[in-house]
Amino acid sequence: MTLRMPKLTVWRVIFAAIMLAGLYATYLRVFYGLGGSTNLSDKFPWGLWIGFDVMCGVALAAGGFTLVAIVHIFNIRTYHPVLRPAILTAFLGYQLVVVGLLFDLGRPDRLWHPLVMWNPHSVMFEVAWCVTLYSIVLFLEFLPMVFERFGFHRPLAWIHKISVPLMILGVLLSTLHQSSLGTLFLIVPEKEYPLWYTPLLPLLFYVSAIAVGLAMTIFESWHSSRAFGRALELPLLASLGRVLAVVMSVYLWIRFLDMAHRGVFGLLKIPRIETWLFFLEIGLMVVPTILLYRAKVRMRPGALYSCAVMVVFSFIANRLNVGITGLEAGSGVHYIPKWSEAAVTLAIVAAGFAIFRVFAHYFPVFEAHSHESSHETADSKEEDPVAVG
Amino acid sequence: MSKAILYDSTLCIGCKSCEGACAERWGLPYNDKIAAEENISAHKLTTVETHGDRFSRRLCMNCQQPACVSVCPVGALQKTSLGPVTYDQEKCMGCRYCMQACPFQVPSYEWEARLPRMRKCNMCYERQVEGKVTACSEACPVGATKTGNRDELIAEAQQRINDNPSQYNPKIYGIKEVGGTSVLFLSAVPFAQIGLRTNVPLEPLPDTTWRVLELLPDVVSTGAVLLGGIWWVSNRRSEVEKAEGKRK
Ligand code: SF4
Repeated sequence: MTLRMPKLTVWRVIFAAIMLAGLYATYLRVFYGLGGSTNLSDKFPWGLWIGFDVMCGVALAAGGFTLVAIVHIFNIRTYHPVLRPAILTAFLGYQLVVVGLLFDLGRPDRLWHPLVMWNPHSVMFEVAWCVTLYSIVLFLEFLPMVFERFGFHRPLAWIHKISVPLMILGVLLSTLHQSSLGTLFLIVPEKEYPLWYTPLLPLLFYVSAIAVGLAMTIFESWHSSRAFGRALELPLLASLGRVLAVVMSVYLWIRFLDMAHRGVFGLLKIPRIETWLFFLEIGLMVVPTILLYRAKVRMRPGALYSCAVMVVFSFIANRLNVGITGLEAGSGVHYIPKWSEAAVTLAIVAAGFAIFRVFAHYFPVFEAHSHESSHETADSKEEDPVAVG
Repeated sequence: MSKAILYDSTLCIGCKSCEGACAERWGLPYNDKIAAEENISAHKLTTVETHGDRFSRRLCMNCQQPACVSVCPVGALQKTSLGPVTYDQEKCMGCRYCMQACPFQVPSYEWEARLPRMRKCNMCYERQVEGKVTACSEACPVGATKTGNRDELIAEAQQRINDNPSQYNPKIYGIKEVGGTSVLFLSAVPFAQIGLRTNVPLEPLPDTTWRVLELLPDVVSTGAVLLGGIWWVSNRRSEVEKAEGKRK
């Protein structure tokens, strides 16, 4: 028997390094507590693990509910080929969010407490319930991929029977907790920098989750087409790009109106870190939005991909600004994550990529008939207009 | 009857007796080194601050409508009818939302502990249940910290201002701040000069999130009807298309 060494590639080396660092950071977290593994303090109790792992994690997993709504509720079947990867991302995403939470909670062994000890006045309580229930929904939405792989037809039929109420439930739960992550910060009016503090935070978080969900779908398809040598569903993705441009425009317009009504444009003249971060965030949103309105950009895979990446980064910037940097001045603390916080976060992200890849390799994520439909539409030069129904 | 603490900065001599009494009551170590710390933390739940030649105290304000109580996902924090805001360490999961939400940045965390707890002053809840005053009030040699019924203390504070208008900044801190607190302050100078927070909102903070949370049943029911309806309409269309033999 010959033992085959896995091929040594740059990416594998980087991956191994990240995982080792993450492992050591985990050791610190377990044996030296939050004090030994983070730069958190009494005046700055939430850091990277909440700001990125939880807040960005949930947003990045929003493709699941967005595409379920588009494909199954609005019944726009054209997008079916990208539905499964979106559900898989969402499913993995939420698992990783929980992993992040286990690192962050002072008492991870009590993760289940909100399920039995209630406080309906708490946004966190609501988020805990929604995330738990939605994880179950995602699991059920994801199961068919497993059943198909192993040819379990009977359970497949059962799931199909409950699929419509299940999907509606999933969209509702997502609506609630995606927006609630914004509501979390309504309680800190005196700490959150006014460029970000607005009573509209829940609405903004919700609309942006839809945008991130769409962008992530484009992002995944591009990556998996390269990884698996699969034909890119370009016309399809290009039309998703169109939807993305519209959602982004709506978001930016709400953001503009909100700032106008609150009269905070004057703040933009103050040269301080918050101003620069704000411009960075908004810039990353505006540029791809404008670009996506051009057919040329949408039909070029590289350009479309870059736009999606910019959108994703713009909202990562947004979540970090709301959850971390926007709170620093108001909390009177300057927070820089410790290396171990970053190491854990990186390891979680890397693990996410790896698990997705393994899964997509062994299970029917990118389905066979995805090729059919991409062929069908491939000959029409510009994408189908998004005809509803 | 809701209890409160009245702290009169003009009377305080900075002897830190309250700190020592508080440490003793919680079973926390207290020595010269800890006495010199001017921050509250998990091992020092109240502190006397020096602001030039004046003093001020920091301790949990035990708000009338506490943000921490409203945000705690497991209900570990409770506002008792007696006044104190209590904490149940057996429920706490360590999410630290209470710390994030507190406008006074009072809750502290045992960052170094393997099984950490949140720590904060609870106005000597178990002493007050027995009708005793707080440990800090009892220890104060000059009556700068006093425990009593909240409305009586407010009346008394107002009386002190009226009797000696030249000695007092004519306001009581804690009547309106974040909807009212159970710790009230008197000062000779504007409150910001003795380190009190003057940027806190006057509305009770739980309202900010409740305004959104209370919409939840509406959002869910409307959303369910809307999504179900959309599905019904769009699905009907594809049924018709199928029946007409048109391939989608
Ligand atoms: S840290 Fe504990 S007491 Fe504070 S909000 Fe979280 S669960 Fe409640």
